[in-house]
Amino acid sequence: MTSNITLEVFRYNPENDDEPSFQSYAVPCNKDWVILDALNYIKDNLDGTLSFRWSCRMGVCGSCGMMINGTPVLTCAKFLKDYLPGPIRIEPMEHFPVVKDLIIEMSDFVDKLKRVKPYIIRKEEQPLSEGEYLQTPAQLAAYKQYSMCINCMLCYSACPVYGLEPEFLGPAAIALGQRYNLDSRDQGKKEREDVISQDDGIWQCTFVGECSAVCPKDVDPAGAIQRYKVESTTNWWKSVLMPWSDK
Amino acid sequence: MKKSNEPFWWAMFGAGGVLSAFFIPILIFLFALAFPLGWLPAPSFDQLEMLTSSLIVKLFLFALIFLSLFHWAHRFRFTLYDGLQVKHLNELIAVLSYGTALFGTVAAGWVLFFG
Repeated sequence: MTSNITLEVFRYNPENDDEPSFQSYAVPCNKDWVILDALNYIKDNLDGTLSFRWSCRMGVCGSCGMMINGTPVLTCAKFLKDYLPGPIRIEPMEHFPVVKDLIIEMSDFVDKLKRVKPYIIRKEEQPLSEGEYLQTPAQLAAYKQYSMCINCMLCYSACPVYGLEPEFLGPAAIALGQRYNLDSRDQGKKEREDVISQDDGIWQCTFVGECSAVCPKDVDPAGAIQRYKVESTTNWWKSVLMPWSDK
Repeated sequence: MKKSNEPFWWAMFGAGGVLSAFFIPILIFLFALAFPLGWLPAPSFDQLEMLTSSLIVKLFLFALIFLSLFHWAHRFRFTLYDGLQVKHLNELIAVLSYGTALFGTVAAGWVLFFG
């Protein structure tokens, strides 16, 4: 015997609606259902016009992020029963423009991600005959945590600074820049510094820490940003006190 | 690309935060609680005068006041900036915040070294 739980879902279709509204749906509260299962139940059985993104259902693809009762979460990772007796309020991720219903427009994040050059940069590629770039376990551990990011953008929805300053490079992009900076195979730190050590890069962060609190992969972008601030400050003082060392 | 000057202010903010977090609670405990309430024997005016006439103590107090003020200024600047969302007043807020800290620093230096 399963009881029902009510979902109050944000609806907005820019072609027909002047402004967004909320629509309530009663769905069975199965104990092994996550919120995404309930949304799929609505889509399949109650209202086929509801639009939302999802793919893997297992916390890997990073597509199904939404605001649940005001908190950014992956809907595939939150059980319905934990929200009893309900209702559960479901909204699109905060700080992003809405395309339709629960689907947001993410090109701002994608552009920022490109700007930090999140790939290995080599001054000169080692010839194939010399084999792979080897790494010790310690060298792997230096960046592994930051490599767990799945680009779900929950940190952007959680970050009040990004909400106020849309030009802020933001948590995930900086953490991913750091992921490659800390990789022993990478030589692109200097190129990334020109993007990350700027007023609209790390220096806009006031260490609220919500990015790390909501991260479903424990990446700790706030930690990445503060570490980068220390390094960038050290470099700044070096270039002021020892200008000859600045190449 | 233009270099950001934030590292300068952030370094003062960080140094001031560390110094004030370590020392100000001790000073508050001694001078605001332990001495007035008689938990510890209070030093006399002459003893304090002698203590603060030493150059090392003067330098310590100067560094503590100077960096704590700049710590405050940086935090206050961002509190106003984000809290009141007055982005267009950024320059004015920065000048007033750091200016107040600079004024306090000069005043502290005057009292400590020329007073």
